[in-house]
Amino acid sequence: MELFVVLLNLAAIIALPVLGFVCGSVAESRHYRSIRERESRWLDKPALTCRTPLDDSRTVARAEMAVGSVVVSVDYFKRILAQLRLFFGGELGAYASLVDRGKREAILRMREACPNADAYLNVRLQTSSLSRGERQMLGSVEVVAYGTAVTYAHGLHPEEAREDG
Amino acid sequence: MLLTNLESVPGRRIVSHFGLVQGSSIRAKHVGRDLMAGLKNIVGGELKGYTELLSESRQQAIDRMAAQAEELGANAVVNVRLSTSSVAQGAAEILAYGTAVSVE
Repeated sequence: MELFVVLLNLAAIIALPVLGFVCGSVAESRHYRSIRERESRWLDKPALTCRTPLDDSRTVARAEMAVGSVVVSVDYFKRILAQLRLFFGGELGAYASLVDRGKREAILRMREACPNADAYLNVRLQTSSLSRGERQMLGSVEVVAYGTAVTYAHGLHPEEAREDG
Repeated sequence: MLLTNLESVPGRRIVSHFGLVQGSSIRAKHVGRDLMAGLKNIVGGELKGYTELLSESRQQAIDRMAAQAEELGANAVVNVRLSTSSVAQGAAEILAYGTAVSVE
């Protein structure tokens, strides 16, 4: 019986990182594919950190706030890598893709909250950890992107304008 | 209610200022969501339960701020800022604040 418990524990110790590594890599590459695909659709509508529209000649018809947020976490394998890093110090490479995915996803969701806007001004990004001090929650972050979505007055959407003209 | 995070509402002129308005919401996650998130933590990826929870409470904070501005007689809030902080383990406070103004 005891041997069984030991074996079970051992299996969990090995299986969890492996499961995390496999599922995490698949999920990450799928997420990146989706991010790249969606980002390419928004290329003509800039998200800026400026406070004024780049194109001064056009009057703004509508302005509203757009908010997008996402909570992402790393897989078990990367969490172990990070814990080793916490011992030795240095850059946490395992978490780089986590925050990168979170930020790009949050910006995309902000755009998707106001899909008809022509530009997004004063975009701000904010990262926060959901729960402080909880060991098991190490490695999950919330990223919020918010900005002002503006629509120009006689500016139809680029697609509509193309259809018209 | 017009909301922007700029100093003004583009295309409109600010007529009068009413000062700072704010709204906040503190939410705790519940055990069910925690359990799902715990499982999701093994494979990584988005924790949808938490995303929902936080965006709901963010919306509530923004609504409360807008309600406060409306009480003052404003029709817009400019320079809106959002901030999140964890006040206790497992609970997040979301704060929205801005300047209530009235625009033409």
